[in-house]
Amino acid sequence: MVTIRYAKDNFELGENQSVLECLTSRGVPVPFSCRSGACQTCLMRATVGTPPEISQQGLKDSLKLQNYFLACVCHPTSDLDVALPDDKDIQAAVPATVKSLKLLNSEIMHVTLECHVPIDYRAGQFINLFQDPSLGRSYSLASVPHEDDHLHLHVRRLPQGRVSGWIHEELRPGETVEVRGPAGDCFYTPGNAEQGMVLIGTGSGLAPLYGIIRDALSQGHTGPIRLFHGSRDLNGVYLTGELRDLVRQYSNFDYVPCLSGGDVPHGFAAGRAHDVAFQQIPDLKNWRLFLCGHPEMVKTAKKKAFLAGASMKDIYADAFNVSQSS
Amino acid sequence: MSQQESLYEKLGGEAAVNAAVDIFYRKVLSDDRISSFFEDVDMEKQAAKQKAFLTMAFGGPHNYSGLDMRAGHAHLVERGLDDTHVDAVIENLAATLRELGVQEALINQVAAIAESTRNDVLGR
Repeated sequence: MVTIRYAKDNFELGENQSVLECLTSRGVPVPFSCRSGACQTCLMRATVGTPPEISQQGLKDSLKLQNYFLACVCHPTSDLDVALPDDKDIQAAVPATVKSLKLLNSEIMHVTLECHVPIDYRAGQFINLFQDPSLGRSYSLASVPHEDDHLHLHVRRLPQGRVSGWIHEELRPGETVEVRGPAGDCFYTPGNAEQGMVLIGTGSGLAPLYGIIRDALSQGHTGPIRLFHGSRDLNGVYLTGELRDLVRQYSNFDYVPCLSGGDVPHGFAAGRAHDVAFQQIPDLKNWRLFLCGHPEMVKTAKKKAFLAGASMKDIYADAFNVSQSS
Repeated sequence: MSQQESLYEKLGGEAAVNAAVDIFYRKVLSDDRISSFFEDVDMEKQAAKQKAFLTMAFGGPHNYSGLDMRAGHAHLVERGLDDTHVDAVIENLAATLRELGVQEALINQVAAIAESTRNDVLGR
């Protein structure tokens, strides 16, 4: 007998029953629509156990790797613990010690954290960092597991930003903070190593991309990897030394810093990062895209990339929405 | 004597839906008559819905009822969704299949299935 566990309740899976039928018949409010494995409305995640392959058909690779599945076509033969994608209590808060704080440019702070209990993450995912139990913000991970000892964040100081202001002004090395995570599906997945990758980021959207690029290179990605990092002016550009070192080290990696303001010195492209990228690579059929940073840029670039031939399944995005309460 | 193939099988089943979905969604997004209905939607969720719609129109397995169709489009009807928009969607659907080299007779069957949802989609 197969048992489905949801939010501490155990449900016996009936014969020929799907996980969706099992849960909804017992009053669990799982949203659904097509009930045939296409519309992805009933997306859930297995937190313990492995969902059958057939229940993952059509999902993005980064969702499959995190054991997401479609409940309406999920007929497991062994027990599963399941959660809805927006269940916040999947992970416990973990204390972490601040190891270092270093300005990368005038507005972005490099924060390194040592978790007291190691967390299992992928470069490019994000964590939530809490100033106090009710005040937390999401920050992307620029570090790569197995390459970096600690978690690396790039925290941009926002005007009136409560958490970013606290990190920039008050937080000190040696102090302990709480983090929760990781989360997010914007990361490198192995396989298809010769596929071309275009990465477009604005501002601290470089953080996840820097992690994803180094992750892809360390996993032996052989296809071209092209990074376009955008900023208004030179003040917003950072990590140029590290990125140019990577260009020298890897012949398949290429870095184009883009300035959308007026003055554009040698070695920089003029224009917004996504405009420059789509000019240089007009046909995106079979390319894998990573889009991180300003929400308007992410939205526009996603649509343009899709219309320029990229498959929806190959577009990974992380829009940095600014919290309403700042 | 082989069993008669269903429309869905003749079209190529799920592989055909997968081949058609990106082409169809690109056409819809580029069509000025209807693209405004697709502003500010999550593109990924929308692509999945397009796939569910194509599966149904191809005669494939689905569980949509007329009531689902009404509920799913009511907010668009409020924004002015009418017959001309349904016409545009069916045109894009036929153009997608033509691009994939599907025979006209089969295209007409797909269009007829899409057509059969018109009144429910428009909430009348």
